[in-house]
Amino acid sequence: MSHAPTQSSNETRQFFFERMGLSERLLERCLGEALSAGGDYADLYFEYVASSALGIDESLVKSASQGISAGCGIRVVSGERTGYAYTDDLSADRLLRAARTAAYIASGPAKQPVAGFREATSPALYPIAGSSVDAEVSAKLDLVMRADRAARAYDARIVQVRASFVDELRRVLVAGSDGSFATDTQPMARFNVHVIARDGSNSTRGASGGGGRVMMDFFLTEKTPEHFAVEASRQAVLQLNAVPAPAGEMEVVLGPGWPGILLHEAVGHGLEADFNRKKTSAFAGLIGQQVASPKVTVVDNGIIPNRRGSLNVDDEGSPTQETVLIENGILKGYLSDKLSSRLMGIADTGNGRRESYQHIPMPRMTNTYMLAGDDAPEDILRSVKRGLYAVNFSGGQVDITNGKFVFDASEAYLIEDGKITAPVKNATLIGNGPEALKYVSMVGNNLELDEGIGTCGKAGQSVPVGVGMPTIKLDKMTVGGTGN
Amino acid sequence: MSTADIQTVSHTASNIDQQFVTEIVTKALQAGASDAEAVYADGDEFETQVRLGQVETLKESGSRALGLRVLIGQRTASTSTSDLSAEGIERLVSGAIALARITSEDPFAGLPEKEAFGKISGDLELYYDDVYSLPAQERIEYARRAEAASMAADTRITNSSGSGFQAATGRKIMANSRGFAGEYQTSYCSIVVQPIAQAPDGSMQRDYWYSHARSLRLLDTPESVGQEAARRTVRRLGARKIKTQRVPIVFGPEIAPSILSEVLHAVNGDAIYRNASYLAEKLGETVAGDNITIVNDGTMPGRFGSKPFDGEGLPTRRTVVLNKGVLESYLLNTYTARKLGLQSTGSAARGLAGTPGIGAGNFYLEPGTAGQQEILAAIPAGLFVTGLIGHGGNSVTGDYSCGASGLWIENGELSYPVEEITIAGNMKDMLRNITAIGNDLIFYGSVACPTLRIDGMTIAGE
Repeated sequence: MSHAPTQSSNETRQFFFERMGLSERLLERCLGEALSAGGDYADLYFEYVASSALGIDESLVKSASQGISAGCGIRVVSGERTGYAYTDDLSADRLLRAARTAAYIASGPAKQPVAGFREATSPALYPIAGSSVDAEVSAKLDLVMRADRAARAYDARIVQVRASFVDELRRVLVAGSDGSFATDTQPMARFNVHVIARDGSNSTRGASGGGGRVMMDFFLTEKTPEHFAVEASRQAVLQLNAVPAPAGEMEVVLGPGWPGILLHEAVGHGLEADFNRKKTSAFAGLIGQQVASPKVTVVDNGIIPNRRGSLNVDDEGSPTQETVLIENGILKGYLSDKLSSRLMGIADTGNGRRESYQHIPMPRMTNTYMLAGDDAPEDILRSVKRGLYAVNFSGGQVDITNGKFVFDASEAYLIEDGKITAPVKNATLIGNGPEALKYVSMVGNNLELDEGIGTCGKAGQSVPVGVGMPTIKLDKMTVGGTGN
Repeated sequence: MSTADIQTVSHTASNIDQQFVTEIVTKALQAGASDAEAVYADGDEFETQVRLGQVETLKESGSRALGLRVLIGQRTASTSTSDLSAEGIERLVSGAIALARITSEDPFAGLPEKEAFGKISGDLELYYDDVYSLPAQERIEYARRAEAASMAADTRITNSSGSGFQAATGRKIMANSRGFAGEYQTSYCSIVVQPIAQAPDGSMQRDYWYSHARSLRLLDTPESVGQEAARRTVRRLGARKIKTQRVPIVFGPEIAPSILSEVLHAVNGDAIYRNASYLAEKLGETVAGDNITIVNDGTMPGRFGSKPFDGEGLPTRRTVVLNKGVLESYLLNTYTARKLGLQSTGSAARGLAGTPGIGAGNFYLEPGTAGQQEILAAIPAGLFVTGLIGHGGNSVTGDYSCGASGLWIENGELSYPVEEITIAGNMKDMLRNITAIGNDLIFYGSVACPTLRIDGMTIAGE
């Protein structure tokens, strides 16, 4: 094997070769078996995930759990067809059997995989040593207990607090019939706080959380349990006095950071290459055209250190990168994986991702955000006569074919005569992807990324993602409240 | 391609039985647990996607895993693993014991009382071996036929997101230290089609239709699924936005379960004891119109929400949740029942990892007498919802707001399609403003609801 591995990739390879009993010879045999009925390409995706969760609830550590999940997914690609099989038993017998099952997709003379593997260098976007997986349970216990205390101290009306620390260490090894070879060890940690506030018979909820591919230190210095606890509590208490959200089209200002979920739903999914290859996306055929205001530039960036959506290599072993999706309002490109890249003759942007070894990879976002503009956030708010200022969202969804998307505001305020006034109840915002960003009339100078909480679902597969945005103003968007 | 050669094989080893799972419980007790509960699940899946007549994906595999929950006195922890080797099981047990030592004593924690355990006797019709009886080529044909029927149904269907056929079987075995041991098998098969229609101006719409069942012979024909998918897709073409307004809104039996799911979340015992539901502390009170009766029943043969025992080994049962508008019961597992001083309703839901949560059996709203046509005919102007997008409700406050598409009701008849609107209200009001209930209760899934007319909700549009 020729490679220029980093120290961490050496360790990951050792883990699979020595502890899980793999060898280059076995990988080659499996790839040979996978191409035994022909096909253009085959790959093996080995995965070993150790996860743990620890929670506090009603000031008691009611639960603690840990889990191990390991397996291998084997894929054979023949033209536009994909055969797939997986096994949670990594013995040679079962691997070869899975390879034979995946091979049924092709029908032709056997092909030989390229001899020898080449491992590419990969960046080191996240720590291996010092990740929370190695931390003492007592250190994690301390974090959740601190969150419980901070939330209860925030306001006497906070009556229920749940805080949890969830983390995992995912080791992957990808070997392709083209000789490609990659390994990675991917830490992920997330802190969550959920609270209920109660005033008389009026109850409300608040939630906050965050993390990423970070060291344990992150939760001691950058985003502490107190930060998340206060944020969740603040939202719940705020909602106690919320008025009905307005209904109808109006000016909407989105705060920085997590409201970037707008981009994820409005444009991100519609620019995934598979939908455009099949011409099922409202964005199909729009490359080079104006799809947003000239103030709008949107990128997907998988190489930001420590971010939830970042990866040293994607789940096909390809290097990740920064990809410009929209530049000054013009649609520039798609997010691609190996299959769409080959079939469409476009670059592989390193966006081939999958939930686990049981799933077929497909184009997915990493960290998707809008670049900063020139406007001061306070000027943006001041420019609105009557509208909505939304700063937190609980989720979103898109129909990529007609372009309609929603996102659900969990913290929003009325804007009256340029000033933020009353908080409003939860409301859904709805718009049309290829049109919505044309109404962006102001872009703030305050780009922020979210705190590391996003999980994206597509075709039944969940993967961690990030979003980001500066404060922006949309001249027109429909707000789904009940008020006037 | 050589798919005809695929012999349907069961991937999962059959050497795992109740005794194997019971032995894990014994190992946990020997390691220091005062109580333990082990769960084993395995499954095989076959899935194919066809698009524009060509096979796009073919997936076939099986997997198995174990979960363990231990108690040391009132302390609880759980572990799970896909490594069923002796070493893997050793780690499963020792990990759980080590974790339990660091959790808190919770006076309400613990397995159910011995006398509560049990199983529904009789065949719940959950498993049919025919889902795996077809050769691969015929399974592919199911998907191909469904898509072809959708493309042939209307010239405006110009593209396809594809069509899928899926078959799956699964087995669950559970045992605990209080003498319970049980297992059941389930089977599943489905056809789904997602056609795309194009309007003369180039704008596109997609919709889908499906059929799923526990047996192949209970599936609708691929042709009927394809035709229905086409009908649902083309009727969205030319959709427009409408003005912000309040009009009666009608939900058919395909969409109404989404509204009923909001009630399901609100009667979840976990939300109730936390006061995190608008239905908390309302037992015995009138919370809906007297035309509303809602039942949870895990014992209905053949339904997707049925099983012989719940996630803690208690027999499933029929529970009236709302009776003529009066809240009669929450859905409870053992823990939430103890917290509330009530009895479990046999509603524990347990995956492999973690502690048991709460899940529904078959959760349905009892039908009325009116036909859907009759309900529509009484509405001079309103909205018939054909699709929802977004996550809808806040079960703490009852506030509901969701993206929608539909057909405008004009003088009692369905007219033009509408989209890019939201519908909003509060569940507390919506449950009192259901002014018509259809006679068309259809169990598409485990949550089922006939046609509903709800008054007083706000449509936000232009």
